[in-house]
Amino acid sequence: MLLNSKIPEGPLTDKWTKHKFNIKLVNPANKRKYDIIVVGTGLAGASASASLAELGYNVKAFCFHDSPRRAHSIAAQGGINAAKNYQNDGDSVFRLFYDTIKGGDYRSREANVYRLAQVSVNIIDQCVAQGVPFAREYGGLLANRSFGGAQVSRTFYARGQTGQQLLLGAYSALSRQVANGKVQIFPRTEMLDLVKIDGKARGIVTRNLITGKIESHSAHAVILATGGYGNVFFLSTNAMGSNTTAAWRAHKRGALFANPCFTQIHPTCIPVSGDHQSKLTLMSESLRNDGRVWVPKAKGDKRKAKDIPDNERDYFLERKYPSFGNLVPRDVASRNAKEACDEGRGVGPTGLAVYLDFRDAIQRDGKNTIEAKYGNLFEMYEKITGQNPYEMPMMIYPAIHYTMGGLWVDYNLMTNIPGLYATGECNFSDHGANRLGASALMQGLADGYFVISYTIGDYLASIPIERINNDHPAFKEAEANVAGIITKLLIIKGTRTVDSFHKELGKVMWDYCGMARNAKGLKFAKEKIREIRAEFWNNVNVVGENEELNQTLEKALRVSDFLELGELMIDDALNREESCGGHFREEYQTEEGEAKRDDENFSYVAAWEYTGDNQPEALHKEALEFENVKLTQRSYK
Amino acid sequence: MNLTLDIWRQKNTDTKGAFKTYAISNISEDMSFLEMLDVLNEQLVEKGEDPVHFDHDCREGICGSCNLFINGRAHGPNIKTAACQLHMRSFSDGDNITIEPWRASAFPVIKDLVVNRGAFDRIIQAGGYVSVNTGGVPDANEIPISKVKADQAFDSATCIACGACVAACKNASAMLFVSAKVSQLALLPQGQVERKTRVERMVAQMDAEGFGACTNTGACSIECPVGISQDNIARMNREYYSAKAKSDNLE
Ligand SMILES: Cc1cc2nc3c(=O)[nH]c(=O)nc-3n(C[C@H](O)[C@H](O)[C@H](O)COP(=O)(O)OP(=O)(O)OC[C@H]3O[C@@H](n4cnc5c(N)ncnc54)[C@H](O)[C@@H]3O)c2cc1C
Ligand code: FES
Repeated sequence: MLLNSKIPEGPLTDKWTKHKFNIKLVNPANKRKYDIIVVGTGLAGASASASLAELGYNVKAFCFHDSPRRAHSIAAQGGINAAKNYQNDGDSVFRLFYDTIKGGDYRSREANVYRLAQVSVNIIDQCVAQGVPFAREYGGLLANRSFGGAQVSRTFYARGQTGQQLLLGAYSALSRQVANGKVQIFPRTEMLDLVKIDGKARGIVTRNLITGKIESHSAHAVILATGGYGNVFFLSTNAMGSNTTAAWRAHKRGALFANPCFTQIHPTCIPVSGDHQSKLTLMSESLRNDGRVWVPKAKGDKRKAKDIPDNERDYFLERKYPSFGNLVPRDVASRNAKEACDEGRGVGPTGLAVYLDFRDAIQRDGKNTIEAKYGNLFEMYEKITGQNPYEMPMMIYPAIHYTMGGLWVDYNLMTNIPGLYATGECNFSDHGANRLGASALMQGLADGYFVISYTIGDYLASIPIERINNDHPAFKEAEANVAGIITKLLIIKGTRTVDSFHKELGKVMWDYCGMARNAKGLKFAKEKIREIRAEFWNNVNVVGENEELNQTLEKALRVSDFLELGELMIDDALNREESCGGHFREEYQTEEGEAKRDDENFSYVAAWEYTGDNQPEALHKEALEFENVKLTQRSYK
Repeated sequence: MNLTLDIWRQKNTDTKGAFKTYAISNISEDMSFLEMLDVLNEQLVEKGEDPVHFDHDCREGICGSCNLFINGRAHGPNIKTAACQLHMRSFSDGDNITIEPWRASAFPVIKDLVVNRGAFDRIIQAGGYVSVNTGGVPDANEIPISKVKADQAFDSATCIACGACVAACKNASAMLFVSAKVSQLALLPQGQVERKTRVERMVAQMDAEGFGACTNTGACSIECPVGISQDNIARMNREYYSAKAKSDNLE
């Protein structure tokens, strides 16, 4: 299979403008004759649904939540990047582009990332026009902060609830189109299969989560905006329902899955407190602007934080990375925290935590200033841990947060299946091996508001306008496939709960495919996952029936897909014999213990093709070419 | 700690529900309330029984999914805390805890503790937006907004649409929810053009959904997990009457 990224010719700065001019347009009068399915109503899906409906297409939008507004995007805290240079501190489209490519450790496409930086400025305009209440200065103009390792202040934010405000903006645009009759919403409806006719994506099969009814929906194109797969690790900062099912089922229908092993671990999360733990809570990265990360110098120092004098504290990020200090990228910060804990210098009851200390910031700026900046985060921390971070340092530990990998897409955001698109966290496109803070919101909205609305027209203009009825045999076949899987799950009636399998899988993934990986561990994990999967299909207990609201069945369907994706992640991690970004292979590190890339052999996107149940997947490589940036070893010293 | 739980079980919308009592032991105080229910559900599934269904997703108080009426209070005993943020350290060994769904005719029960809050979406669809299309909008800094106004609008905009206000209100009124969105957009320059039609439409939809009238008891605001202020209701009333007074607005 030849992977064609369809990157337009010409200089980097003109590619997108030229491409928009060159692509085919759908006649305005014809737009209403095209139906588009959008699965997912997070930032990527809601923005796409609204924008496409505004253009005149008929949109059917699906989510498993009870309302589009509850998508996982709602939880994003810190902010959204845009190259506005409102602060006059030297930011530019090129700098945002450069930072993103470098931050991604040179494993993303120049053209995509440049376009992302270009449209970033339009996103802020759009959101403000919708009434999104971003933070402002006293003069009435927008405020910015520096975030996640950036040396300019380009992050727009709405206190610690940026995702909520952006999603509610997109949701309001979506709601307006529902009122206009251009979008039909299907809440509590889960996509369980993709339908292809003549090689093209022509619809989906869904399960109504309240009645259990399996239904077919036909369209001219399908967009998957179904989010990331971080919950393969069981414990992550993702919402409980986040899953890979839509993407994975599309993968089994032929869509390539790219760079599945590129997962991001976020350094500042609340540590695990016990076996009952159901998810992990992120403490926004913005905290690292003022909080200082440290552990005691001595192993096993059990004194209270405030009793440890400064000269017995190791501010390890400031020590090792004097120029970036506490603001090093996420992968670097996470790995260093793990190292400190592995050395026995971790704090808290489990020893798997480091301090994030605001003592000095409070002394410098006063409690009020710190409260104005982080008040809601401090409150959240106190609610969960019962401890007051104004008085004692927070305890944090890295946790799975984001997945850079995802469905392979070309420059138009189309997968290798014609008519199937993937946007937002669901695709692999822009963040390479590591995503910078405040860039996921930017990407989701760029894809939905400003990219897909153009590129989908190019495809639609090239296919016949006739609708295909959903009683076509391909729909019946997919419905039967879905019904078959459900029946199979329901009749096992084994002895173990779905969660027990999910936890077991998650632990294997975290231990062997988490912050540090090596060939031996990965091989062991692969065998282990196969065993877990085999046992799952023999011994899981899915109570209840299909024809009702059945949360056990919902979970079982999702976990069954995680059990397959997990193995592919291992394969990908094994294949990539280098360290880059969030993928740290212990065998490949510099003398100083930093990630060591191998550009000669691994400067490619690994796109995996499903070849059948329990068969090894086929690897396809898309070479990455860099014409505008020089590949360097990332250094944050 | 050991606890006794009285939980509302209801097979579906058309079946009558009833409380069922469960004993649960070895609950640690670091668990969240929902994790305590996870433990119960694992035990139920192991016995082959249907677990207690409840809505939840983010488990950090922002998505608005969780909606438990705990010991007679929306989201339980702590103020400004969604059920998912509640931790077991707020309870004591031997406690008896009653867990019910939101009770309001506009929020029919789907199963157990899960209700249908689609009415909220329809109210937003009636006018909870600024009518701008993607593209063709002015540069963001061409709309200066005083920080005070922006902060006020933000406070209103933080509503998570969980429905606690409705559940807490003896009249099952949705005024706090509706007024939060009306206020946000009435405070901002972007919302001015549609200011009057918006409030009329949203209120009309609210009434059509069968929510009760507001008698200013203030329970909504007290039980709101994000602390949406009752001032929003006063503002919406002003907005509504001034819109009605010069009704050049709705057809
Ligand atoms: C705690 C936290 C904080 C974050 N903070 C930031 C930040 O400050 N800045 C930043 O840039 N990024 C941040 N991120 C990352 C960012 O929030 C996400 O990457 C982004 O919101 C993903 O958006 P999305 O639209 O792609 O997917 P999601 O928001 O996950 O939406 C997925 C949608 O798909 C639907 N769906 C999924 N599967 C199916 C199916 N099978 N059938 C039907 N519907 C389905 C869901 O119902 C949902 O509507 C944060 C992430 C977390 C976890
Ligand atoms: S689960 Fe999201 S607010 Fe409670």
